[in-house]
Amino acid sequence: MLQQVEGSKAVAHAVAMCRPQVVCAYPISPQTHIIEAIGAKVKAGELTGCEYINADSEMAAMSGVIGASAVGARAYTATASQGLLFMMEAVYNAAGLGLPVVLTLANRALGAPINIWNDHSDAMSVRDAGWVQLFAESNQDAVDLHVLAFALAEELSVPVMVCMDGFVLTHAVERVDLPTQAQVDALLPAFVPRQVLDADAPLSIGAMVGPDAFTEVRYLMHARLLRALDVMPTLAASHAEVLDRPVGGLVRPYRTEDAEVVVVAMGSVLGTVKDAVDELRADGSKVGAVGITCYRPFPAAQLRSAIAGARRVVVLEKAFSTGVGGILSAEVAASAGATGAAVHSVIAGLGGRAIPGSTVRGILRDALAGTLAELTFADLKTELIEAEFTRMAAGRRSGPPAENLLRDLVAGERRRHG
Amino acid sequence: MEPAAGSAARPALSAPAPGSDLLRASGSSVQIRLHGRGGQGTVTAAELLSVAAFEEGLFAQAFPSFGSERMGAPVEAYCRLSRSPIRTREPVSRPDVLIIQDASLIEQVDLFSGLRDGAYVLVNTTEPLEDLGFPPLAALRRDHVLSVPATELAREYLGRPTPNSVLLGGFAAMTRLVSLGAVHHAIRHRFSGAVADANVAAAAAAFEHVTAEREGRVRAPAG
Amino acid sequence: MAEHPRTRVRFYQVGSFAVGNRLVEDHQRSAQSERERANSLTSGHRACAGCGEALGARYALDAAMRATNGRMVAVNATGCLEVFSTPYPETSWRIPWLHSLFANAPSVATGVAAGLRQTGHPDVRVVAQAGDGGTADIGLGALSGMFERNDDVLFICYDNQAYMNTGVQRSGATPGGARTATTEAVGKHPGNPFGQGKDVPRIAMAHEIPYVATATVADLFDLETKVERAMSLHGARYLHVLVPCPLGWGSEPSRTIELARLACQSGLFPVFEAVRGEVVASTRIRRREPVEAYLRGQRRFAHLFDREGAVRQPEVVAQIQSIADRNIERYGLCEVAAS
Repeated sequence: MLQQVEGSKAVAHAVAMCRPQVVCAYPISPQTHIIEAIGAKVKAGELTGCEYINADSEMAAMSGVIGASAVGARAYTATASQGLLFMMEAVYNAAGLGLPVVLTLANRALGAPINIWNDHSDAMSVRDAGWVQLFAESNQDAVDLHVLAFALAEELSVPVMVCMDGFVLTHAVERVDLPTQAQVDALLPAFVPRQVLDADAPLSIGAMVGPDAFTEVRYLMHARLLRALDVMPTLAASHAEVLDRPVGGLVRPYRTEDAEVVVVAMGSVLGTVKDAVDELRADGSKVGAVGITCYRPFPAAQLRSAIAGARRVVVLEKAFSTGVGGILSAEVAASAGATGAAVHSVIAGLGGRAIPGSTVRGILRDALAGTLAELTFADLKTELIEAEFTRMAAGRRSGPPAENLLRDLVAGERRRHG
Repeated sequence: MEPAAGSAARPALSAPAPGSDLLRASGSSVQIRLHGRGGQGTVTAAELLSVAAFEEGLFAQAFPSFGSERMGAPVEAYCRLSRSPIRTREPVSRPDVLIIQDASLIEQVDLFSGLRDGAYVLVNTTEPLEDLGFPPLAALRRDHVLSVPATELAREYLGRPTPNSVLLGGFAAMTRLVSLGAVHHAIRHRFSGAVADANVAAAAAAFEHVTAEREGRVRAPAG
Repeated sequence: MAEHPRTRVRFYQVGSFAVGNRLVEDHQRSAQSERERANSLTSGHRACAGCGEALGARYALDAAMRATNGRMVAVNATGCLEVFSTPYPETSWRIPWLHSLFANAPSVATGVAAGLRQTGHPDVRVVAQAGDGGTADIGLGALSGMFERNDDVLFICYDNQAYMNTGVQRSGATPGGARTATTEAVGKHPGNPFGQGKDVPRIAMAHEIPYVATATVADLFDLETKVERAMSLHGARYLHVLVPCPLGWGSEPSRTIELARLACQSGLFPVFEAVRGEVVASTRIRRREPVEAYLRGQRRFAHLFDREGAVRQPEVVAQIQSIADRNIERYGLCEVAAS
């Protein structure tokens, strides 16, 4: 059913259609509209057979979801940024225990400095935890990925997080085709857990595992996660059939057939990237893009196929590993190794900085011209950086760096606007 | 906000309007930027605009500037309208339409930044536009720069100085991108009962006001 | 001559089997070995000899199993109990049992309770358990959240007054003057400083939850009764059990029960029940003991005494005594009970 609706509300609808039995959540910008909407549905009796628990922290939220899942209930929560860090112990715990819970991550930057806007640093902070991580390109994608998430989680007995760009998607109002209850019921059967705490068949879950078997337990997690590379395309195909539109998948190539330069990216920036690709193609440039929908497990083989033939691959990412460089870039480079393509890393959109089409077009042109550096921080205000280094060199008590930068930024803006 | 009721097909609610020229002329999408202050309903206005466009069978995308919006602080919201799916997500830097909910913002914000040639500007003010001291307006077509006393109309019809749905009526009259009927539908999806009625009436009053002003300016371009 | 007020006669362990269970009515006995016991925590676990927590947990959970007709799930925080009861690759639990993390037992239990209700098992009850560290320190926020929501969970804290599993480091429950690995008996103020304390039973009472009680392993029947009473109720319930730790306290394994009794008889550990924030019953001290009698048997307080056993730090002992005095007054522990 087509509706013009806020992304958060659309996701809340999708989650409700999946018939969660326990939702345990703690509010954090920019996820609040999602959990509020789900809570309202439970209260109004629209979502039945579900208990909505107002958790006292994110750690409590994920822990509640772990407990519920362990007794066989379909469980869901959502968070962002600092909230994800606060529940990180439990995030690893859920994966280690093999509990198929679903989490919406409204991607938001990690502090310090505190920042409420969108980037992917939160998702990156748990990339090794053993969760399936899916990235939504649009609110339609977010809706469809949530239905897939529950199906995938329960099929694999692995927790799944659906990443959607905070504010950019969560707070955008756009056209979405919302699935009906009948459609979701057809796609998502009742949860049949692999393990369940049953009063009639007692077992212990969560005991210590020593050196003798820890490696094997972790290897099993790895193997189970990798199965998503096979299961996701199959599930995506069956979902696409019922919903009558493309859904999910591992990677999504866009005009890559004869592309010399291919941009690889995740999340909402892909919309802007595709527009830029179309504009450059119209001028005769051979460029394309690949969106990664399934980031974990990493679809190395599929990515390699998608970028095959490209001279240059530009990874445009909204996070980086401090002291190293791009995170996605390194993983793409590792996958692309054999293809001979040069891989460039462009870090953009940190802390909610917009990525305008002009920037993407500029990056593509530089890549075509061979003038793109190996690592670029897009639209970096170098004068602010230089000013801070100068300040630091001038004396020991140079002051808090973030506040210094802000002061310089405001002063610069005042000068520019007169 | 409540989602607009939908079905698989989205028939337009009115005949193609002059605004469709704007749709064609601007290529991919019409870009609208709204400027207001926290508490004036700027974000809601953008959302309602997108719902009205949806009612007309258009693709529409609306989102705010995501600031820490306190009451009175400058707020921007954006809306894109198009006949085809909208993919880009960047803020509107080259607006085809500018809606200024609070003229005093000129002191704090570069309201006209990136304004395209041939753009439309709708200003919420009781003063004559010439007296506002907005130099960029002089470069635009006279019948593309219009004003409406939205706050006063809001006070009159709603009892509250919230100009957002009023301005949408003015927007519909100015650009003809959406019909007044679509604006009314959008209002009724968000509000109900007497509040909806009042907002609908206020939007209609603004529509009439701007229509008249536009026709006046069309007839007398030299002013 | 005034009539003596009638008092129920209770018999106590005095370090031998001279007076004990055998002289008590059947229904007042704690059944120590019965085929019908659930033996929720069965033998083979790796607890130290004389472990108060193993004893307390065994009795508490078996009582809970009795009260719930064997239909319950236990959620365990990280700690001594979790570690010694599930020594890889074995488990000594005969009930459904979940260990998640250190700080989150209350929240996990909340989720378990909700999950059981939503999967059609509203009759299956939930018991969460943790040590003093997991309850009073790292898990306190979560516990308060559980209380505030009045989630249907009985939370049992086994309090041995320090982080024993990791090598006897102080917790918020460590008493003033006690030696731990992070509050050594050196310097001007040896042992743990006298802080504000974390009276978790009173914190629970401040939430006005349906039932709060304290108990010790010195009176197992009382412990069982309280568990059963708690399981007859719904909503958030809290039980705080004093469990001496021979290793951490530096006491003889055979004196665990005796030390628990001395803690009660000195007034240092008040035994009481509270309903919705009001104390409704307390166990009177039959024969009051000075705190020294309790402290002397524990190497964690050895620095307070000299080699001959005389008090070497009278001001510290006096401070401990004043805590006992305050408890006695606050809970009326020496008042004559109405018959």
